[in-house]
This record gives sequence, C-alpha cells and structure tokens, in this order.
Amino acid sequence: MSNLQILIQAPIFSVQLLIDGLLVGAIFALVAYGMALVWGVMNIINVAQGELVMLGGYVTLILYQAGVSPFLGIPTAAIVLYLIGLLLYYLVIWRIVERDLFVSLLATFGLSILIQQLANQVFGANVETARSDLGTLLLFGGSITVSEIKLVAFVGAFIVAGIMVVFLKYSRLGQAIRATAQDARAARILGVDTQRVYATTFALNAAICGAAGALVAMTWIIHPYLGLAYTVRSFMIVVVAGLGNLAGVIVAGLGLGVAETFAGFLLGAEAQAAFVFSLLVIILVFRSLLLHRQRKVLR
Amino acid sequence: MQESVRRLLPLAAIAVVVIAAPLLFPDYRTQMALLWVMVIFALTWDVVGGQMGYNSFGNVFFFGVGMYACAVVQRDAGLDYYTGLAVGVAIGTALAVLAAAAIGAGLLGLRGHYFAIGTLGLGIAAAEIAASWDYIGAGAGLVTPVFPGDIQDRTLFYYWLCLIVAVITFFTLRWLYAGRFGLAINAIRDDEDKAEAMGLRTTRYKTVAWCVSAFFLGMTGGLVGNMVGFIDPRDVAFAGATFGVWMVLMAILGGKGTLWGPVIGAAIFHITQELFWTWLLGWQRVALGLLIVLIVVFFPQGILGWLRERRPELFGHRVDAARSGPGRSG
Amino acid sequence: MAGSLLEVRNVSKRFGGVVANREISLDVPEGRIVGLIGPNGSGKTTLFNSIVGHHPIDAGAIRFQGREISTLRVSEIARLGMLRTFQQTRVYDKMTCLQNMRISLPTREVSFFDMFARFSPEVDERAEALLEFTGLYAKRHLRAGDMSFGQQKLLEFAMALMAEPKLLLLDEPTAGINPTLINGLIERLKRVNADLGITLLVIEHNMRVIMNLAQHIYCLAHGELLADGPPERIRDDQRVIDAYLGAH
Repeated sequence: MSNLQILIQAPIFSVQLLIDGLLVGAIFALVAYGMALVWGVMNIINVAQGELVMLGGYVTLILYQAGVSPFLGIPTAAIVLYLIGLLLYYLVIWRIVERDLFVSLLATFGLSILIQQLANQVFGANVETARSDLGTLLLFGGSITVSEIKLVAFVGAFIVAGIMVVFLKYSRLGQAIRATAQDARAARILGVDTQRVYATTFALNAAICGAAGALVAMTWIIHPYLGLAYTVRSFMIVVVAGLGNLAGVIVAGLGLGVAETFAGFLLGAEAQAAFVFSLLVIILVFRSLLLHRQRKVLR
Repeated sequence: MQESVRRLLPLAAIAVVVIAAPLLFPDYRTQMALLWVMVIFALTWDVVGGQMGYNSFGNVFFFGVGMYACAVVQRDAGLDYYTGLAVGVAIGTALAVLAAAAIGAGLLGLRGHYFAIGTLGLGIAAAEIAASWDYIGAGAGLVTPVFPGDIQDRTLFYYWLCLIVAVITFFTLRWLYAGRFGLAINAIRDDEDKAEAMGLRTTRYKTVAWCVSAFFLGMTGGLVGNMVGFIDPRDVAFAGATFGVWMVLMAILGGKGTLWGPVIGAAIFHITQELFWTWLLGWQRVALGLLIVLIVVFFPQGILGWLRERRPELFGHRVDAARSGPGRSG
Repeated sequence: MAGSLLEVRNVSKRFGGVVANREISLDVPEGRIVGLIGPNGSGKTTLFNSIVGHHPIDAGAIRFQGREISTLRVSEIARLGMLRTFQQTRVYDKMTCLQNMRISLPTREVSFFDMFARFSPEVDERAEALLEFTGLYAKRHLRAGDMSFGQQKLLEFAMALMAEPKLLLLDEPTAGINPTLINGLIERLKRVNADLGITLLVIEHNMRVIMNLAQHIYCLAHGELLADGPPERIRDDQRVIDAYLGAH
C-alpha cells in the first residue's frame, strides 16, 4: 500500500491532509448544524439538505459566470436559498410537519430527487467551479500548501455558524424557535406562532446550506449530484454529536473531514464516496449496538 | 360450487392473459418481463416496509448482490449456459440471504429514520464499492454470457422465468401473511415495544422478513443481469436512483401493507412509465421526484388504503352482533 | 417472605443525578393481588420498568419464580410469564381485535418453524371467549385503532390474558376510564385472579380501587418504600396520608 508508506515515511503529508481535512470539515459541520436545527425544532430529517447546498453552489456559479465576484455569492446564495426555503415550506413542508415519520422521510426524499434532477436538466451534469482567483499559502518552507480560498471557506463557515448562534440566542424569533424546539405545544399556548417559527427555521437552514454551497462552489466543485453525500455526512455528524450539541457537531464535522481526506488519500478518490457511505452504516450499527447493551434504542 | 368457480374466474382470466401476452406480442416481451420484476420489487419492499414498518431504501443492495454473484459464477465456473445460470442464480440467492442476515444483525436494531437512512447508505456504498472493485469489473461492470439461441427464444425464456419468480413470490408472501408470521410483523410495525413486552421474538421475525425479501431480490437480480446483458454497478445492479426508489413508490401507490397493493402499484407504475416516459425525455426523473412528493403528501394510503377507508367491510372490518346476553361493551 | 412469585430485593435505580428508586424491596406471593401506590414522582413507574426489564438496575436483585431476571431483556421476561400493561394503553392499532388476540398467544416457540404456524380454531375460540369476557366480542373484526380509549384498554387487558401470564403487572388500569365502568373493571380483575389464578401487581392512583382490589399494598414516596401492609392499615397510616397530602 504505497500511499500508506508515503504517510509513514513523510509525516509532513499527514499534516497536509490534516489541514485539508479540517478545512473541508468546517463546511460539513455547518451543513450538519442546519440539519440539526430543523430536526430539533420540527422533528423532520431533511433528506434534501444536500440539494439545498448544491443550489447555493449554483447561485454562486451563476454569479461567477456573469462576471460577479463569487464572494458576493455567499450572501446572495444565503438570501436566495432563504427564499427557496420559505417556498418549499409553504408548498410542501408544512404539510408534513406533524405527521408520521414515514411521510416526512419520503416527502423530503422525493424533494431531494426532484431538486437534484431539476438541477441536472437546467444546469447540465457538468462539473464546475466558481474560481475565486485567490492564491496559495505556503507553510513550513513550502512542504505544506494551503489554498487561501479553503482558508476563507473555513473562516466563513464559522462566521455563518456564529451569526446563527447569536441570532438564536438573542433575538426574539430565535428564542421563539428555541422554545418551540423544547415544547411546541407549550410554545403555541404561550402565543408563539409555530407556523412562522417552523417556516423561519426551515428557511434559515436553507440559507445556511446556501452559504455552505457558495463556499463549496468556490473551494471545490459543483455538480447536480453532490447533494446526497452532504445529506449523509450531515446525518452522520448529527447522529454522532447528538441534537443540540453545537460543540459536538463542530468536532464531529471536523473529524469527518479529516477522516475523509485521509481515506481519499489512502484508498483513492474513487473510493472516497464508498468510504463516506460505508462509514454511515458503520456508525449507525455501532451506535445501535452500544445502546442495545443499555437496553435502549436510537430514537 | 358456483361460489368457488366465480372466485377463481378473475384469477383464471389473469392467468390466460399473462400466458398469452408474450406469445401474442413478441416484441414487448422484455417490457412485460420487467413488469414482473417490478411486481417482485414492490412485493419484497412491502414485506419489510409496509407490513413490518421498516422503510428500507436499500433493498436494491440484495438485488445487486444476487446479480453480481450470479454473473461471477457464470464467468468463472466454466459451466454451460443453463447450468451456469441455475447455479449462478442459486448462489446469488443464497449470498443475498446471508447478506441480509449479517447486515440485519446490525441494521435491524435501528428504528425509523435511522434504519431508512442507514439502508440508503448501504445501497449507495455497495454501488461505490462495486465500482472500484476490479474483481467484479469495477466501473466497467460485468457482462453476462451470450444466450445459446435466437433473440425470440431468449426474450421468451426470461419472460417465463420472471413470471415464475413473481408468482412464487406472491404465493409465498400470501402463505406467510396468513399465519403467525404475518401478524407478528404487523405487530412489530404497529408497536414494536408492545410486541417485545408481549414476548414476541422481534429480532428473529425482523431478520427472517428481511431474508425473505433478500431471497427473491437476489434471485431476480441474477435473472435481470442476464436479461439486460451487462451489469453496471450504479445503473443496473445497485440502481438506487431508479429501482431502489421505484420499489418504495410502487408499494405506496398501490397500498402498502396489503398483499395486492404492491402488485397493483407495480402494474400501474410500470405501464404508465412505458407509455408516457418517453414523452418526458430528460424530465422523467424530475417527474419521478414530483410524483413521490405528491403521493406521499396527498395519497400515502395508496389505492387499497383509500379503498379500505371508504369500504372497510370489503376488508373484513365490521361490527357484529354480540354473542350472548346484553352487550357489556366497555 | 421466601418463595414468592416475585421477589424484589434492595433495588436501586438512578437517572443521572436523580435517585428514582432507593433500595426497594417487595414481595408478590403467588395467587395474590398486590398494590403499589405513591404520589407522583415516587418512583412507582421506574420500579415497574425495572421489574419488567425495560432498563438495567443499578443495584439489588429481582427474582421471578426463584430465577434472577434483572439482567434479562423485556421479551425474555415476558416469555417467562410476566407481562405488563401500559398506562397509555398500547395495542396494535392497524390490526383487528381478533388479530391482536391471535398474536398474543403465549410465545412458546420451540422450533424455527413455529414462526409460520397457522392459527387453529381453538385459538380463535379462546380469543373470542376472552373478548366476550371483556365485552368486545361484537367488535372483534374492527381495527383496534378505531375503537375508543376505554375499549382499547379492555382489549389490552384481554390480550394480556390471552398470553396466559403467571404474573400480570398493571400500570394504572383505571386511568382514563369512565368512573361508571370502573366497578366492572375491578370485578374482572378479581375474577381473573380468583378463577384463572393470575397473580396481579397493580399501580393505582385511585384509592377506592386499590383499597377494594389489593390484598397487600406497598406505598412509595421519594423513591423509597414508605410503608406496606393490608389496605385497612395503609389507609390509616399517617405517613401515607402525609405523603399524598403533600407534606414534602
């Protein structure tokens, strides 16, 4: 396994992979945070989460191809996706909010297929990037390269998350959202407009995904089918971290980024997708077996 | 005498149509064979999904395992066509069942969303792993052996095989549902904790149910691999975006949790697809996504479920007269 | 008391920082009706759940028919002959009453193939007799979920009887029942105990019911055993009265 030998013989490569992994992991954590938000407040697992990220990427791509700086893509994508999130809520999501698991799961699954294939028809299946024309940082005398855009994405992810945390903690709507997450009926009785809370929550999640998508488009590539991988990653991160555990989401997200980057190097880029989806199955089975010993069930 | 003849008449009519069709319309044999494949897809999904409440998005995993195993046997065992096919299908089926038992030990301990998304990951992981595994052809896939005969014989041969497997699947499930097994998996669906509290060996029933699904899916996989001629890991074997999704949709459309529901759903879906899909061209899959959302949001009970709500007495739900004495209903 | 059907010895259970049960001991002799009372939060349900195997206990022993069961799972304990009913009443709501009864046959599957067994006419006769006993015969072909809460509670009771338990744990059997129908329920409980020999352990909030029904009562408060004895003595026990009237 020559790649493994490279890592053992030249540890500096491991540091490179570690840094790359952390940078990509921050975006995973961001998307996972959005998923946890919707899950915690509305008890809906948004299987279309990755598709929202993908759409955010395309918004940025369109701006880029129109000659606009992709950095403007970040807030633009957030706003556009916020509106899309509202649209999706009032068209579909409100009908599945307090229904059984089967309906909510399949509905968002259907949405993910719909959006994915729509993007494929409209944008084509080509892989694109919104180039930011930033340079590359050289560290440790040139043995480690950090592309500046990835660094910007890393910081950007934390900024977006930070804005969300502040909003949820200090704004009235944010408090209403948190109240609804704890006990929707009690919140409603106390005068909170749960419909508005749900709509805002879903739209905010979409905005988060949009911003993340913009970062992804600038840092890597965008294509119509990248959604499912992001959905699965977010789900894994939330399962490992637990709902309502922001620090856990960050750690798990960064950890996943690192694990994936190492796996991609050791097993080859082709096998990286296999790694991500296999890891999902392994994590779930492991979690389930652990709980089973305590006679509990993952709910 | 009259009564039993009358009840058998519709079945006899179906049997006549089903047997005559491939002979009358030889050009459509493959599409008709695919109809039976769809029926098997829907029925096998429903065992675990509709009857037992474990929504699997990864049943296509067993289909692909069966397909690949059969093709590998056909490639490497050095047998003549028919023997190779028989052995291949048998081994593919066995491997699929083993896989269900092994993976079920881990995944069936999950509930609800976790099981659904876990199985989704399973199907895709299998596709990706198959696409990078050289022994089974990696991204290029495998090719199944050439049929020793002309194309008419070939299509007719596979039509019969698919029909036979579909019929066996149907009657096996019918037999299963009529006994303790059927009620046990329904109980697991309705309230798994209650079932455990009543002493039901839920793990055993869940595993057997998934193995039953895997059995027929693995068998069908071997056949379809040979029908299509080439095995692509993502588009034919572990075709999560097509077959995997259709499995769920067809069962819901017809009415999950019933015996005939998946059959009706498969028939309607397949026929509609054959008639209209070519019109939509590239928008087929967009329409598929839309269809899922519409059905799940507005019509989740499906055709038979809708019928059961309207006419419960057709399904045997009724209030009888009290047997003796004044009715002491609580 | 040696040789009771159910022996609970010094069972403790905590959840995080809260001690739900502290060293509780009780006995349920065979053929008797034992009551478990206590104000809300006293730990009755936790103790129940510990006994039926819903969660592991932190300390102590639980023996059923002389056999240690605290390490067994819920379904294993159920197969040994100890069943429980649920406070919120749980039945299989998409199945008919008759189907609910059929699947409640005691699980004495010995071989793999018992999983696929058909239901004999004797099974249906027994199911129908029990449904008649609970007044649900006319509704046997109705979906359980379409019945009223009270009817579902009766169905759950009938299902428990169908499973031929040696010990039946009832979690607030009269909760949510129309007061005029409670007497009928008490009658039926006494009958299954006297005629079928089923031992009962009953959590109850309704004092009239439990005093009428139980032959021995345990009272919990703040996670500990406060008092136990025959109903007449418990009724007049000052500590019990204080616990309920909120002297805490």
